[in-house]
Amino acid sequence: MKPAIAPAFSLGLKDLIGVVILGLVLVVLLPLVLDPFRLNMVGKYLTYAFVAVGLVLCWGNAGILSLGQGVFFGLGGYCMAMYLKLEASTPEATKIQSTPGIPDFMDWNQLTELPFFWVPFKSLGLSLAAVVLVPAAFALIIAYALFKRRVGGVYFAIITQALAAIMTILIVGQQGYTGGINGITDLRTLHGWDIRTDSAKTLLYFVNAGLLIGVILLCQFVRRSKLGRILVAMRDKEDRVRFSGYDVASYKIFVFCFAAALAGVGGAMFTLQVGFMSPSFVGITPSIEMVIYTAVGGRLSLLGAVYGTLLVNWAKTSFSESFPELWLFGLGGLFIAVVLLFPNGLAGLYRAYVEPRLGSLFGRKGAEPKASPAPAE
Amino acid sequence: MNATPISDQMAPDFLLAVEGLTVSFDGFKAVDDLSFYVDENEIRVIIGPNGAGKTTVLDLICGRTRATAGSVRFKNTELTRLKEYEIVRAGVGRKFQNPSIYDDLTVFENLEISYPRGRGVVGALTFKRDAAVKERVQEVAETIFLADHLNQRAEYLSHGQKQWLEIGMLLIQDPELLMLDEPVAGMSVAERKKTAELLNRIIKDRSVIVIEHDMKFVEDIAHKVTVLHQGKILSEGTMAKVQSDPKVVEVYLGH
Repeated sequence: MKPAIAPAFSLGLKDLIGVVILGLVLVVLLPLVLDPFRLNMVGKYLTYAFVAVGLVLCWGNAGILSLGQGVFFGLGGYCMAMYLKLEASTPEATKIQSTPGIPDFMDWNQLTELPFFWVPFKSLGLSLAAVVLVPAAFALIIAYALFKRRVGGVYFAIITQALAAIMTILIVGQQGYTGGINGITDLRTLHGWDIRTDSAKTLLYFVNAGLLIGVILLCQFVRRSKLGRILVAMRDKEDRVRFSGYDVASYKIFVFCFAAALAGVGGAMFTLQVGFMSPSFVGITPSIEMVIYTAVGGRLSLLGAVYGTLLVNWAKTSFSESFPELWLFGLGGLFIAVVLLFPNGLAGLYRAYVEPRLGSLFGRKGAEPKASPAPAE
Repeated sequence: MNATPISDQMAPDFLLAVEGLTVSFDGFKAVDDLSFYVDENEIRVIIGPNGAGKTTVLDLICGRTRATAGSVRFKNTELTRLKEYEIVRAGVGRKFQNPSIYDDLTVFENLEISYPRGRGVVGALTFKRDAAVKERVQEVAETIFLADHLNQRAEYLSHGQKQWLEIGMLLIQDPELLMLDEPVAGMSVAERKKTAELLNRIIKDRSVIVIEHDMKFVEDIAHKVTVLHQGKILSEGTMAKVQSDPKVVEVYLGH
């Protein structure tokens, strides 16, 4: 008997259809029904989806819960913001400063020359590389230090949470170098292209959506490789993987760095679309919110994570407009509900209730349009 | 038995030479100055009462527990300084007491992960499920009676089938030294018989260390038996010799 191809592989086509549907929702449906302001808002939500998708691999597949993804989102965002800020700080634009040609907040903090680590961000190429490499390198240091010592589970989660707190304090405290609590603001152009106009924001939305689809496809490739199955195996029986000849730590390091790099891309897209970056996207609260997006969407589903991100953010915007003081309770309640009632999130509900019905309706499984749970109004 | 370490020039004759092995947990010596030698193609069974340190000895050999003192040499390589995955790659396979398999993956995937290729991160990303892999998985699946279950999630196998699957996961790596911790524990009589048959087939051309309580089973397969008691060797030799040893009868076989 020839061994038939195992189920994990036959999901390929179904996954692809899911990606196409998501693509149609993001690239066709939403731009048609939303005005530029709302579309830009969805674009902002979608930047969090990069983090959520990374968490699916890191947390859902490999079982590594990170409560500090905001750090990597922020690092990517800051790398982008530093480039944009330098471009906006030409000597002409800043001639009223005591030191023209450096970012305004440096001047306010009595800095008289550009700090050395800002210099590479004069180059667009280096800055774009830094968006991916700086979060990944930082993740590498953390992951190497912790995973080689076999720190895992809840201890790892707590340490990453502490990192988020430390990073916020560091950024706020080093005002002259980072812009402090206000962050890096007043960003204007990307390589001479004004990013503040409606048309620029719409174009950035499409770039963002395209990048997200690309990232999802990349994640699907990783998940369907043997590495993806090793991550699942490690989550279930770490010792068995270790005693099958694998260096378990190196796999954890890889997936953590990979998720960090994705978060960095999301952060950079956030900076471009929102026009600033500040420590409020780095700390504990945003980091935990990002985990909730993934949990709500379904921590084992890449597409679920995107829908979960959109849904929670849409709910956040709607509810906090009407009942600002109740929103946090709502978010906490939602997280508890997900953990207790539907641990596999929206994707789990979809698989349990919607997919079987679609199957009987159309005579085949999951090939038909999935109702988008979150078209953000 | 716990003689001083033999001289180095004698060591190469053995596949595995354990000398003066000691591990203490907070002062309690779970394994105490233990020395034994396993020949090529030898089937060694370790028996002993609960808490004698049997599983700890396997843990020490495969690197799961680090020795406080002593040495474990495998084909003249010192194992106590190697990382776990390096010990596996050197040719030592270990089966755990409770079936240790990947519930969320299929039988095929369980065996495929154990296939000794593409063990680095890059190797795993670029791993191709080619004919050689499929053939080998099929071959091993037939050996462990699971050829009809290749696409089943491992979670849904029976306890005995899970034990076989884990044995298969070791077998696919073709280790020179195979260590089995109570391979027939919790099995039905029929499964036990099939497992004995399976073990008798797979122990050819390799050395095996087995921990087992089932005396009938031990008698069937053992070349040599080591009896552990309180971390030390109480007796060692053929089954007949060990069974007639009054010390062994007193602490172990007697009750």
